[in-house]
Amino acid sequence: MKFSNSWLREWVNPQLTAQELADQITMAGLEVDGVEKVAGEFSGVVVGEILACEQHPDADKLRVCKVAGHPDGEMQVVCGAPNARAGIKIPFALVGAVLPGDFKIKKAKLRGVESFGMLCAQTELELGEDSGGIWELPDDAPTGKALREYLQLDDETIEVDLTPNRSDCLGIAGIAREVGVLNRCPVQGPEIAPVAAQIDDSLPVSLHAGDACPRYVGRVIRNIDINAQPPLWMQERLRRSGLRSIDPVVDVTNYVLLELGQPMHAFDLQKLSGRIKVRLAEQGEQLTLLDGQEVKLQAGTLLIADEQKPLAMAGVMGGKDSAVTGSTSDIFLESAFFNPLAIAGKARSYGLHTDSSHRFERGVDYRLQEKAVERATQLLLEIVGGEPGPVHLRELSELMPAERHITLRRARVEKGLGVALADDEIVDILTRLGLEKIDQSAEGWTFLVPSFRFDIAIEADLLEELARVYGYNRIPSESFTAALDIVPQPEREISHESLDQTLLARGYNEAITFSFIDRESAVLFDPQSEPVALQNPISADLAVMRTSLVPGLSKALQYNLNRQQSRVRLFESGLRFVPGGDDVTELRQEPMLAGLVYGSRFDENWTGGKDVVDFYDIKADVEALLAHYVAGEGAEDEFRFVAGQHPALHPGQCAKILRGDVEIGVVGALHPQLQKRLDLPKSAFVFELSLEALGQARLPAFRPLSKFPEVRRDLALLIDADVPAASLVETAVEAAGETLTDLKIFDVYQGKGIDFNRKSVAMGLTFQHSSRTLNDDEINAAVDAVVRQLEQKYNASLR
Amino acid sequence: MQDLQSLTEQALELVEQADGLAALDQVRVDYLGKKGQLTALLKSLGKLSAEERPAAGARINEAKQQVQEKINARRDQLEQAAIDAKLAEETIDVTLPGRGEEQGNAHPVTRTMRRIEELFVRLGFSVEEGPEIEDDYHNFEALNIPAHHPARAMHDTFYIDPSTVLRTHTSPVQIRTMEKAAPPIRIICPGRVYRCDSDVTHSPMFHQVEGLVVDKGVSFAHLKGCVDQFLKAFFEADVPVRFRPSYFPFTEPSAEVDIQCTGCGGEGCRVCSGTGWLEVMGCGMVHPNVFTACDIDSETYSGFAFGMGVERLAMLRYGVNDLRLFFDNDLRFLKQF
Repeated sequence: MKFSNSWLREWVNPQLTAQELADQITMAGLEVDGVEKVAGEFSGVVVGEILACEQHPDADKLRVCKVAGHPDGEMQVVCGAPNARAGIKIPFALVGAVLPGDFKIKKAKLRGVESFGMLCAQTELELGEDSGGIWELPDDAPTGKALREYLQLDDETIEVDLTPNRSDCLGIAGIAREVGVLNRCPVQGPEIAPVAAQIDDSLPVSLHAGDACPRYVGRVIRNIDINAQPPLWMQERLRRSGLRSIDPVVDVTNYVLLELGQPMHAFDLQKLSGRIKVRLAEQGEQLTLLDGQEVKLQAGTLLIADEQKPLAMAGVMGGKDSAVTGSTSDIFLESAFFNPLAIAGKARSYGLHTDSSHRFERGVDYRLQEKAVERATQLLLEIVGGEPGPVHLRELSELMPAERHITLRRARVEKGLGVALADDEIVDILTRLGLEKIDQSAEGWTFLVPSFRFDIAIEADLLEELARVYGYNRIPSESFTAALDIVPQPEREISHESLDQTLLARGYNEAITFSFIDRESAVLFDPQSEPVALQNPISADLAVMRTSLVPGLSKALQYNLNRQQSRVRLFESGLRFVPGGDDVTELRQEPMLAGLVYGSRFDENWTGGKDVVDFYDIKADVEALLAHYVAGEGAEDEFRFVAGQHPALHPGQCAKILRGDVEIGVVGALHPQLQKRLDLPKSAFVFELSLEALGQARLPAFRPLSKFPEVRRDLALLIDADVPAASLVETAVEAAGETLTDLKIFDVYQGKGIDFNRKSVAMGLTFQHSSRTLNDDEINAAVDAVVRQLEQKYNASLR
Repeated sequence: MQDLQSLTEQALELVEQADGLAALDQVRVDYLGKKGQLTALLKSLGKLSAEERPAAGARINEAKQQVQEKINARRDQLEQAAIDAKLAEETIDVTLPGRGEEQGNAHPVTRTMRRIEELFVRLGFSVEEGPEIEDDYHNFEALNIPAHHPARAMHDTFYIDPSTVLRTHTSPVQIRTMEKAAPPIRIICPGRVYRCDSDVTHSPMFHQVEGLVVDKGVSFAHLKGCVDQFLKAFFEADVPVRFRPSYFPFTEPSAEVDIQCTGCGGEGCRVCSGTGWLEVMGCGMVHPNVFTACDIDSETYSGFAFGMGVERLAMLRYGVNDLRLFFDNDLRFLKQF
């Protein structure tokens, strides 16, 4: 809502500058977005009158004018405007004037003819948008008067960004009321006296959708002069409120909207047939709106119709066919109350938003209609003349909003706000706001809520009004007190933060990518699921919910590669959205932790080592994460990596990660096809873990330390190349018995000197007994058992 | 005995000249060894008279000892020199960078979020999380934002279907918490939120941290105290804080919180659009309708809630000047935090 400071001052005039006023209402909850001068900076411009106008002897497009308005008398001015002609009043910039942009007007010679000053267009003074010619001022403009004074340009436009609850301030009257309350000063609007009917004509109105429209006021005015010029002061006020002057009737309805907050509509009476019917639309009815848009109406849209056809979308926009035009002489004025619930969301569902719908969906004073009609009539008669009929009110009183009574308990004020207010102050504040005290008791008061405050319904709303007017910043700040209970800290739950720290220490940087990605990437990385799509995505790039964090990380990788970063290590934690079929409630929102590594193993360094990362690098990172969950030696077997398949990963370099039998994630190289598609010169390696499936950590469980020596034996075995190391280890551990305390694979060799489908695996076995020294025979027996089992199971042979 | 003196002098001279442990040892063997020249003199004592013998013997032993001491001293000297030489040889350039993985960095949003969490967790708040795809009820209805409420227009909601949305704020977590837990409640809800808006100052995804306190006797003054202390602690500055009446359907009274501009100290600058103040949070007293939706008696309990945009606070705290940087994941950006 934009309004002119000087307009407001006619209603209420505290001793504050425009900026002070803006600060004050901001701190009362009407946030001011800006205070701007209503006109550009200029001086030396007066109302001029063209007395004579002749063709320039040497230029087709220029005219030589004799202009009155300078204190020294007539001046000769050369002017290029097409509308320059004798008899009109115009803004006249005298020699010495300074126009916006610090443009100084000097005596000049144009094609040999002297010119003393300049005649101005609206745009040259930053006073409007019309640049088509010089600005024609009203005939009664006093020649010679300073334009700033004549137009009262020493004024500011104040723009308030009102919250949706404060529809009562969507008019000068409401803002004035607030200012009056805050400054404890009187508020006085223009006198609005009923205009007596001069004719009997009225249009019958029937309300067929009483819930949506329980109150409708209409008035016929005949024989208006639609071509009359709206007064300059009105045009200026509209302009300062951000509205353009259209025609006198629209200007008046807009003026009343801005002044009182009541949206109105004027129909061309000749185009209405029979009666006004306020009813709900039937599906598919057609209406051409004022803006030329043809809409197919949805059933349930509130309509203003006549006997034959829809006329207007109630409270949103009028129809083109029944609109006032340049040939209109009789009008029907509408001033109605539409229930916010009937209008809310309607305009938006047609892609519309109007000054009218903005007000109706927030709530328009349901007692304001007659006053608005009288005000509009008063203004119209002044401008376009005409003969008004009687004000015709239709009201379904039983469907009108119920009166609201609220009881305010004194004790509740202090309890809720933390400060006690004096009784007098409480009653004074609320009364000034328009509430009416209707009862009083030992505990407090009962108030009647005014018809313009849709946001006040309960006691808490009154507390807010009190706090707001008293001043939020005068309320003390206090520390709150609470019972100090110890909060449980489950040790077996691994915090995301500690996992993050592990990755950070291993050189990863944390990324945050969008939870929505493009469909193509989603399908590329996860062809098996149909991702959850947004109904109204920002763009195709951000259209479906990710089913994996890897596409986002891959995109971040590309982004960085394109910026000359050759080594990238990123991780992200966040939800993935796994669709559960057609039903959105079956959808799983799973917290995941994913990582991506690319480029050299270590950052470029003088110590050399330009090796690029491979599977085992990222696997070590994953193992470091898993280590949080399996405290203590010998517990690693809880997690297993098994060769697996994933559509986005290299079929030969992909492991599923299991805890027990539960799959908790995957690690591997991006599939070479995908790598090519993403235009990555080298392999990228990724992991993704489900933080939920990871489960809880094992609590450390102490085992006594053996005092006896440990013995190590190394074995080098030849086995078939496709036997996984994990299987060897598993078999060996089982065969070796309880005295085996550690088994390490310390070498794997495949190549020259060995059958091409065999490999050599060297393992170190460590034996130790808890309560005595092991003898050679025992150790040999254990080692033999290992070798035997491996021979039998995997066709292994000692090297 | 002329021999003794010249032999001794010779030996001492050779010790002095020995330039290595081997040469030194050779001198020892040559003079003090079993077949050494000084040792040989001892063997010649037999030729002397019994009277002369003790004195001569003593002189020879004295000479031997003198040489031995000299040898010891020379050995220490040589050994030290060897150590010094080895140390000199082992000297490296300590200014070269170390070997191994460099430390990575947490995302500035996470860093900021953790900082906020920590301030509240120390006060006994617990951290709660919730789904990001939310039902209409938890995102709107239960928060006193019924269908067609004009406030819904403030939210620019992403829809999955007519009754399922991407949460527009983390407030649904408050509802979910109040549904399952009885007061007193002190929680903090960090997380991603989504709004259908994208330009220089809006990201379709961003982060919020909301807080909720529900207990007996909680007042607006307590809300002010909590928010004021938090902001001063977060910015580590005694920054002026002001509360402006505002509107959120789920709180009443509601307030926007401004801090004095950190860029200009209230003078007015580009960061604060000349106002001298920066809007940093929204807050208010929990609306009775919200309590009702969660089956909490608003006559017995009251509470306050507050919420803040993490990116906004991170931008102010670290001077980041472009919101979009947070989601580009440019390493040159991430490594700064």
